[in-house]
Amino acid sequence: MTVVNQSPDLAVMSSAPAAPGPDVPRSLSTRSFDDRASWLAAMVGALGIVWVAFQVTGWSGKLGFTLLWFAVYLALYAAVTATGNPRPVVVDRLVAAGVAGGAAVVGLALLSTITYTVQKGWPAFSHWSNFYTETAAGVRPTAPLDQGGILHAIAGTAIQVGIALVISLPLGLGTAVYITEVGGRAAKTVRTVVEAMTALPDVLAGLFTYATLILVVHLDRTGFVAAVALAVTMTPIVARSAEVALRVVPGGLREASLALGASQASTVWRVVLPTARAGLATSLILGIARISGETAPLLIVSGASTYQNLNPFAQPMNSLPLYIFSAVRSGQPNFIARGFGAATVLLALVTVLFALARYLARPKRGNR
Amino acid sequence: MSTIDLLEDSLAHSAPGSSAVGIDAVDVSAWFGSNKVLERVNLSMPPRTVTALIGPSGCGKSTFLRILNRMHESIPSAKMAGEVRLNGEDIYAPTVRITHMRKRIGMVFQKPNPFPAMSIAENVTAGLKLTGTKASRAEKAEIVERCLQRGGLWNEVKDRLDQPGQALSGGQQQRLCIARSLAVNPDVLLMDEPCSALDPTSTRRVEETIAELAPDVTIVIVTHNMQQAARVSQQCAFFLAEQGTPGGIVESGTTKQVFDNPHDPRTSDYVSGRFG
Repeated sequence: MTVVNQSPDLAVMSSAPAAPGPDVPRSLSTRSFDDRASWLAAMVGALGIVWVAFQVTGWSGKLGFTLLWFAVYLALYAAVTATGNPRPVVVDRLVAAGVAGGAAVVGLALLSTITYTVQKGWPAFSHWSNFYTETAAGVRPTAPLDQGGILHAIAGTAIQVGIALVISLPLGLGTAVYITEVGGRAAKTVRTVVEAMTALPDVLAGLFTYATLILVVHLDRTGFVAAVALAVTMTPIVARSAEVALRVVPGGLREASLALGASQASTVWRVVLPTARAGLATSLILGIARISGETAPLLIVSGASTYQNLNPFAQPMNSLPLYIFSAVRSGQPNFIARGFGAATVLLALVTVLFALARYLARPKRGNR
Repeated sequence: MSTIDLLEDSLAHSAPGSSAVGIDAVDVSAWFGSNKVLERVNLSMPPRTVTALIGPSGCGKSTFLRILNRMHESIPSAKMAGEVRLNGEDIYAPTVRITHMRKRIGMVFQKPNPFPAMSIAENVTAGLKLTGTKASRAEKAEIVERCLQRGGLWNEVKDRLDQPGQALSGGQQQRLCIARSLAVNPDVLLMDEPCSALDPTSTRRVEETIAELAPDVTIVIVTHNMQQAARVSQQCAFFLAEQGTPGGIVESGTTKQVFDNPHDPRTSDYVSGRFG
């Protein structure tokens, strides 16, 4: 009898009462209201203390204010946290706050560089009708901004980067394939040399090209020579990042290919390279983005023109970095504005290239 | 050896018409650097037979398997001695083209490894592309269907042949890899623990596939799973590397004999699960 009596109660107890309505995901955050409040209090409290200190002592300066604010904030935050938490939590919070502060500094630096450039370049940049369609031929430095443009520099950069790409694509990928797929003792040496070359000052690439192509081969300062100097800078960058892309291709794929009777060349060409396709595209684009803004080598080997020159093998050819360099050094406000306008274009170009690199490197899913 | 001869006779009738090729290892030794891992292994793997290589880890089974299709030498410090005869011809002879030999002796690896940059269909025909074998579109379609059928995967993937091979489950990927190795018409198929990364259902499908292939292809399978060896193989070789000595075959013969009536006490201990 007792069993019969108990069983309905047991059934109710063991199966949790099903609450009507949809279930709501629980909050898994470990930060309580207390934590947020102490952070905000430290922030505001530090601001108040430093402000009062500046008023009382008569100190001034934005940088000092900010640094002091951050230091006092860290101290307050640590003190408030220490009242209710064990030591590891205090250390954890302090380190996190320090890292977040560092990130804010880097972010602000980047943001201010971009806003400053765009702001200064806007007067020239916003002349849509002529800035991108005309060249600087016959335009005086003092000319108003509705005359002349940077088409010649954009075209020059496009041509020079294109030629540099054609040179460094086979060289860079070839080097990466040699290091990862062929191997051997020499591969290690090559790898070290490539690594050293990525750290090479860019100006040396210009000097090298000057010493070989201009002094020895007696070429003129043309777009082609500039492109070669850019290729010298770009090749090790491409080789290094392509090597990383090839290295992450699983060894099992190479074995599977060899076990099917494929030669090593065929394995590299049809299995390894296609598998690393996205990474290789990224490495190329990173190389392009890097050399699009390269100025030092161009100062040595490239002459600057004010007119449109689409032939890389004759006459000087201008490019965006060179144009920016010469424009912002002139004393004329309008010409400086043009320089910043060109810098904005260059920034936009590099941003687009990076976006493209990210797009190509996206994880592949679904059908192709 | 008489048991194997008998076995060969009894199996010779099972698949009329297929060109049968056996593979024989003669005095095979192997080293990694100065470390000897295999000592004078002799094993005859007759045509149309599934041979299972069993034994504890580190006894040289996989090394032996990789010697059978010359994958062993892709490791820089690896060396070997002896002969491997495919249909009587030494595959290590200097005149032999290594790529040609590997094409005739296919391999399925422990971890399924379909090519990520290729679709299911492209994975199957990858061997043709990689070895520069020309095939028309119709021929390729026919090969894809036939190999996937033989690999036991056709019904599951026939509607999505152009999807990436890596979208399949682990068991399906492994059967895709089997289909891929069949597309170049190998005489011998080596399998290195093909089911160790698979769940029981997938394992059963792969074992069924092995049974279906056995009449046409000589199969050598390395397995840690004793029941699997008993289920799929007709012939069995027990490898063992005793403390500090290179590995070798302790006993080989028909699977029935090795499992039910082993001559060597060590084999008996291993197959009955007393060690290893």
